[in-house]
Amino acid sequence: MNTGRKLTLALAGIAAIGLVAGTAAAEKKYGPGVTDTNIKLGNTNPYSGPAAAYGTIGKAITAYFKKVNKEGGVNGRMIEFISLDDGYSPPKTKEQTRKLVEQEDVLLIFQGLGTPTNSAIHNYMNKKKVPQLFVATGATKWGDPENYPWTMGWQPSYQTEGKLFGAYILENVKDPKIGILFQNDDYGKDYVTGLKAKLGDKAATMIVAEESYEVTDPTINSQIIKLKSSGANVFFNVSTPKFAAQAIKKVRELNWDPLFLNNSVSNTVGSVYKPAGLENSKGIISLQYYMDPTSPETQETEAYKKWKAWMTEYNPDGDLLSSFNVFGYLAAQTMVQVLEQAGDNLTRENIMKEAANLNMEMDMLLPGVTIETSPTDFYPIEKMMPVQFDGERLVSIGEVVSAD
Amino acid sequence: MTTDVETKVDPRLTSGARINVKWVAVFVILGVLFPFFIDGYTSFQMTLTIIYAIAILGLNLLTGFNGQFSLGHSAFYAIGAYTAAILVYHLDFPVYVTIPIGGVVCFVAGFLFGLPALRLNGLYLALATFALAVAVPQILKSSHLEGLTGGVQGLDIFRPDVPEVLVNTFAMTMDQWWYLISFGIMLLLFWAAWNLINSRSGRAMMAIRDNPIAAQSMGINTSLYKSLTFGVSAFYTGIAGALAAIVIEFVAPDSFTFQLSILLFIGLVVGGTGSIWGAIFGGLFILMVPNIAEEVSTGLSYAVFGVILILVIYVMPSGIVGLVDILKVRLKKKL
Repeated sequence: MNTGRKLTLALAGIAAIGLVAGTAAAEKKYGPGVTDTNIKLGNTNPYSGPAAAYGTIGKAITAYFKKVNKEGGVNGRMIEFISLDDGYSPPKTKEQTRKLVEQEDVLLIFQGLGTPTNSAIHNYMNKKKVPQLFVATGATKWGDPENYPWTMGWQPSYQTEGKLFGAYILENVKDPKIGILFQNDDYGKDYVTGLKAKLGDKAATMIVAEESYEVTDPTINSQIIKLKSSGANVFFNVSTPKFAAQAIKKVRELNWDPLFLNNSVSNTVGSVYKPAGLENSKGIISLQYYMDPTSPETQETEAYKKWKAWMTEYNPDGDLLSSFNVFGYLAAQTMVQVLEQAGDNLTRENIMKEAANLNMEMDMLLPGVTIETSPTDFYPIEKMMPVQFDGERLVSIGEVVSAD
Repeated sequence: MTTDVETKVDPRLTSGARINVKWVAVFVILGVLFPFFIDGYTSFQMTLTIIYAIAILGLNLLTGFNGQFSLGHSAFYAIGAYTAAILVYHLDFPVYVTIPIGGVVCFVAGFLFGLPALRLNGLYLALATFALAVAVPQILKSSHLEGLTGGVQGLDIFRPDVPEVLVNTFAMTMDQWWYLISFGIMLLLFWAAWNLINSRSGRAMMAIRDNPIAAQSMGINTSLYKSLTFGVSAFYTGIAGALAAIVIEFVAPDSFTFQLSILLFIGLVVGGTGSIWGAIFGGLFILMVPNIAEEVSTGLSYAVFGVILILVIYVMPSGIVGLVDILKVRLKKKL
């Protein structure tokens, strides 16, 4: 009897210990690349090749994680950020991503840059069930939770922005004749689709010329000449920084004076307006969702001071005028927020669950712009503000508008 | 009865060279066993190396053995890749069948392109093929073909599972399976190239390279041989392209830019022009060296790549195979 009772007690004790251990294990769940002290994140960026200008973003993200680590990491874990060069070549992206996932054993891939490059790994990531989070491309296909539950975009999709430009034209231009310059790929075509969707039936009459270029073209001068000769009074520029700077120069050289609409991909003073000539760039209208680091108004805000302090300490080689550095700063914060929300449950499943459960405002986002996601909404940013370049900086000329 | 003079003649000219069976056997055995000792990612990389080696061998047949320059082989690579992708994606062809079809389509394309190219020599031919390399990505993106090629979006290819027998007996993975397929195809194509080079046709090809006028006056149909060489070269590159599309499981125009042509050309020169085995070294070089360069310096990877390339060319002016030959001769002298 006595021994029997002891045995029961002992068994109960063991069971209790087992239960405690069980709950402890439930609290701390780790996916690949996570330890008590470390979280491994992977990334591909074009540090070389035709799109190398975007490499700035990868460097900014690296610098932001440095700050996070110096301040104690996320829930006590350091972020180890492995960013590899893919030269904007899809096969290379696949090779580098497989290296990150299979050899480096990263928890997830964050902010891979480029549309064709991310397309090359889209199926691979979803088959392998590895989060492909906040891809740095505005293509529309990244917000498809039903078919691709492991992939999520971040910035406003190109189609969304195209729609907003359409709305702007309809409200502000009498008898618009639109000439479009676009890059001949998903990115370029998505903008045009968005614009046409917003213009509706009027698209056919309002759009008088469409010219495309290849990312490997040396210049786009002939396209601009054709657009001018079409008699357009609105020029919608859907090109990457190098070509945008060329377009601005050529438009002014030809003494063409249309309403100049510029896509946010190239809406940067440091890498576009400055090389194109500040005087040349006067009057250009674009849409924004984060603050322009060159504007004196921005520079007086608390948000900017924090950003600048980060730049000087962690990214001293970075250009204080380049908005890519703001972009990287914001994207990295979103990632940190997801990791924080996930707490000690750092499995790939829970990461996706928390990424689809965001509602946040951030320093350096324009007032009114928020990051919102849900299990059915994989488009984090869907609001923007129209701004105009006045020769020195971007001045807002309206209120934040939402896609619908 | 043979005389002394005749016995000293290069045996290649009389009886054809012989394959060194011992070394080839060692190479084949090591090559087959290799994927079972490495991880999936390395298998994948080695598969890419093999694919590049096949494409480089194709270029070598044209440039190294026939003396025609091409900066357009990325175009044939793309045609092979898209042939495979379109057949699988739209027509549900079994992937295995699409590999030879990709090669045959490229043979036809290469032969046809070879006909007008006959009138062009040296630099002019290089320019014409360059035009081809630049045009193809644009054509693939054009809105007229978008329904077929998927335009800028590209096409996805899904590979069938590894045959069950192999999974059960060897626990074979997808990466190992496709490594072995590529390796087998490479061996087959290398063997075919070896036989071609050491045949009457091969000698005709080389004679045209060395002295076209003399070759013609000996009765060689130069224009036919040149076009055929173009076709065969494109065939090899097309097979490589089709394999690449299947192994990467995705094709997009941006995968086949002019830069790919340059890379293949670099692989050719570094491996050694006029050598069959050199292609493997060339493939290794163009896959590995950019990765090494990136590890040295992310921001200056191209500069580092350039420096390595210049060093390699200075140290090994006749390619890696040339270096191996020189070392062999020196070793023999010392012994």
